[in-house]
Amino acid sequence: MLAAPRKSVKGAQTVLRKALSTICGGLELENRMWLCYTPVPSRPDLPQTRCSQRRSHISGPRTAALHWSWRISDGILIDSFERNAKHMAKKKSGPASAQSMAKKQREISISEFFSRNRHLLGFDNPKRALLTAVKEAVDNSLDACEEAHITPEIDVQVRPVPDHPERLTVIVRDNGPGIVKAQIPKIFGKLLYGSKFHRLKMSRGQQGIGISAAAMYGQLTTGKPIKVTSKISPRKKRGSYFEIRIDTKTNNPIIQTDEEVPWEHPKGTRIEIELEGKAGKGRQSVLEYLRFTAVSNPHATITYLGPDGEKLNIERATKELPEEPREIKPHPYGVELGVLTKMMHDTKCRNISSFLNQDFCRVSSRVAKQICEAARLKPTSRPSRIARTEADRLYKAINATKLMNPPTDCISPIGEALLIKGLQQNFDAEFYTSFTRSPSVYRGNPFQVEVALAYGGDIPPDGTVQVMRIANRVPLQYQPGSCAVTQAVSDVDWKSYRLSQGRGGMPEGPVVIMVHFASVWVPFTSESKEAIASYDVILKELKLAIQECGRRLSRHLRGRELAQAQAKRRNIFELYIQELAESVHRLTGEPKQPIQDGLVAIAQRATERADANDRKEVRQDKRANKKVAKKSMVVENGNGNSNGNGNAEAQLDLFAEAEEAG
Amino acid sequence: MRRPSWISLPKLKRLANDSPPNNPLLNHLSIQNMARRKKDSEDRTERVLKKLTDMGHQAIRDIDRRRSPKLSIPVRSLSNVSFNKRRSIIELGNSKQDRLFFNTGMAKKFMQTFLVAEACKQLLDQGKTTSIRDLFYMVKHTIPNSMVESVEDQAESDACLEDLEVTIDTLREELNLFASNRGAMVGNVTLIDSGDTIDCRRMGSGGYNIPSIVEPDVIEFVEINADFVLLVEKDAVWRRLNEDKFWKDYNCILLHGGGQPSRGVRRLVYRFADEAKLDVFVLTDNDPWGYYIYSVIKQGSINLAYESIRMAVPKAKFIGLSAEDKDRFDLPNDNKLRLNKTDIARARQIKKYPWFQKKHWQSEIKLMLDNGMKYEIEALSSKGISFITEEYLPHKFSNPDEMLD
Repeated sequence: MLAAPRKSVKGAQTVLRKALSTICGGLELENRMWLCYTPVPSRPDLPQTRCSQRRSHISGPRTAALHWSWRISDGILIDSFERNAKHMAKKKSGPASAQSMAKKQREISISEFFSRNRHLLGFDNPKRALLTAVKEAVDNSLDACEEAHITPEIDVQVRPVPDHPERLTVIVRDNGPGIVKAQIPKIFGKLLYGSKFHRLKMSRGQQGIGISAAAMYGQLTTGKPIKVTSKISPRKKRGSYFEIRIDTKTNNPIIQTDEEVPWEHPKGTRIEIELEGKAGKGRQSVLEYLRFTAVSNPHATITYLGPDGEKLNIERATKELPEEPREIKPHPYGVELGVLTKMMHDTKCRNISSFLNQDFCRVSSRVAKQICEAARLKPTSRPSRIARTEADRLYKAINATKLMNPPTDCISPIGEALLIKGLQQNFDAEFYTSFTRSPSVYRGNPFQVEVALAYGGDIPPDGTVQVMRIANRVPLQYQPGSCAVTQAVSDVDWKSYRLSQGRGGMPEGPVVIMVHFASVWVPFTSESKEAIASYDVILKELKLAIQECGRRLSRHLRGRELAQAQAKRRNIFELYIQELAESVHRLTGEPKQPIQDGLVAIAQRATERADANDRKEVRQDKRANKKVAKKSMVVENGNGNSNGNGNAEAQLDLFAEAEEAG
Repeated sequence: MRRPSWISLPKLKRLANDSPPNNPLLNHLSIQNMARRKKDSEDRTERVLKKLTDMGHQAIRDIDRRRSPKLSIPVRSLSNVSFNKRRSIIELGNSKQDRLFFNTGMAKKFMQTFLVAEACKQLLDQGKTTSIRDLFYMVKHTIPNSMVESVEDQAESDACLEDLEVTIDTLREELNLFASNRGAMVGNVTLIDSGDTIDCRRMGSGGYNIPSIVEPDVIEFVEINADFVLLVEKDAVWRRLNEDKFWKDYNCILLHGGGQPSRGVRRLVYRFADEAKLDVFVLTDNDPWGYYIYSVIKQGSINLAYESIRMAVPKAKFIGLSAEDKDRFDLPNDNKLRLNKTDIARARQIKKYPWFQKKHWQSEIKLMLDNGMKYEIEALSSKGISFITEEYLPHKFSNPDEMLD
């Protein structure tokens, strides 16, 4: 790695020194630099260079000689590594001691961690990386718009990069509130920086990783910074424009460009990321993601221009914004012991009783007193002085006390009518139904499940059913196997709803099932947010909602079967009466006409009786369906045009009714 | 006593008229008998016709009362079959199943059963017999103003025929229907088949082709001069025995049924046993299917349990091949065949049938299962082409205790 300085690299040295002085925050760089350019083995196609410098006495208390290396691409630094040179020298001699190991034991930067484990964030292959980047940007835009009470208009573009066939540029622009200038670098250039982690409120984003991770991925694969333009007021003529990189070692933003640019839009944010990606088609493509996003966000207008010129233009289906979810305090049941201790330390309250009462929801002062008694604690003691064992008692007391469930108005479901409408936009089916469960609670977090189902029509009749999973209005497209929704669908006994069930439990038939899981905290199985964890309560709620839709489907199918049976019955008797009368006539020599008349008379009576039975059953079904009549609908001419303008109007009427009724 | 090998029909008639009734020459035939049987046959036709018309009238009565016409059909399955130990035959039980016209699932079958009944009436009226294949075409037509066929294939009309047989308690022979000929016969027998006298001693290598209807009005025994009946499972073995003139040496009637014997063959064997009091021996392969062929001759079959009474020959004996014959005749190991899965399953099934509960049969089946081997009769040929004629059968006949009952 180390090599004597060479003339040929002099120019590069100058460039490098310039770059490094900005990176290292004005640190004096030593003159003695050994530079060595080596192509990065895994990426021979990139004009990257590894550059190393050995220095002593960087700054502060550290005295050890350190060995630094930077990865450079097109004269721009991508990331840096630091290694203990002394340790490297020692490494060859003898086994490691506690001391030598201690030198290796250092804090790991979160950015460093995720740059190595990018699959955890959903960047494992080019196709998925593109989708994840688009998704993170669109999610953020929708969240921002809703919070600012703006009906979202989102424009997504994916453009090819000239001379780099493996690269794409993602551009997402919204009409949201914009971002204050001072915050822009941190939001886009720092992982785990966000407004949504420390609150309990239903939103798409949760952790504050998403968009900065997308920026980091772009930087890792192409060396280009993320470009952000934002304008917060229509009165201004110019927006702020930033080019930002992430220092993966320190998890801090590096501002490359900061200028004011003219921007014609009144408000909003535009981001541009160049990254290594691949635009796929069909399932798990950007196009499909946006289409499903439109289904779960009927208030948003979404336009898309793909790299091959494919276009999508979805006008919003409703102007009304979904009811804004309220932010809630944590519910005591959902809090773990460690979190409880931390909350007690951080609280502003002066005694335990008011701490319980004010920092949690659903704890009245009476209940707070009750908990203190059960934990054998004085209600007046200071929360920050509570000892470890006492905290343990308090934790147990909380879980032993009966508490009201958390308030559930913090969740905003899509709504049954809009779910059906969403399905209609995408599938031309014969029967639609939807069902919203009342909210429930897992580990102290309120959540709500909604299911919509479409049957027949143009949905392909063979193969397993399509399951669309949506969490907090975000479509999930990967890892269906490990998701609670998939498990719930296959756990349901579909045979009793007149669908066949294949091996592995997935039902088969012309069915699309859309499941929306809404919660203040969606329990994803990983940071890439693709699968919902299977808590028992969640599974149960999912199953109940799916079963309700299944029952309605089965009622619809039964009605259809009965109608067929009636027709069949008539046909059969009509067909065979002639034949039977003829052969009885020939067997006995009795005249044929009276025999035939007799048979016809019996046939009429028999079919009438059977039809009456059927009608009774259908009436019962209808009565059962009456409550849900407005939530299910049957499209008689299921094979109409998919955009069906005439149909759409009728559906809108139905909507109005449903909304009035609701 | 020397018996004529062949007597022409005119001569027989003359003899019958001239001779006293106990003329030994005419022990087994009588012209009066023939006349009586002809009358019987007419009576029977009358009776069957009445049953058919009654069926129609019953339907009319139902219709007049505005009820769905229905047929009560005895169930033909193992569940409705019992083994009568005293008479040693399989009998049909009493459970019946109603077939209603005004039931979507049964309407078509009901109509088909009536079409079959009507076709049978037509046959009886015209005094003609025909095959069940013909019957299928008699019933088959497209129902007017529709694309529906009255019967789709022969299996449907055959099933309806069997239903009709059990419902009105009549046999298909009595309905003037027959199946294709199967099986052959040689031996010291003279018979009259539809007016033609047939000497079964002079049938060449092919033998007399056994028709499916062998009722007395079709086949009249003129003379039976044999000591017993030997029924073999298959054609190939029958040919061997015929070529070796086994039936001449042992004075027997030699038949084969071409596998599972048809109604005609079974009925003929029954008539030999019943009318001429001949013993019956059965020679089959040593496998579960062979055992079952024997049991069908002896006790009757499940599907045709209602005919056991006129087909089963309880005194029939199983002459071989038995599982023990391997050691008795020192059969070489090369000729064994391994029992396959179906064989084993069938053997276990047979072992549970009530009519296989005799001790020696249980041990016979057990031995075969334990050996895991089956032998075809042809396996004997490895000991010499005529081993079966010269060694095997003579040995068996001289050691009756080696036969299974």
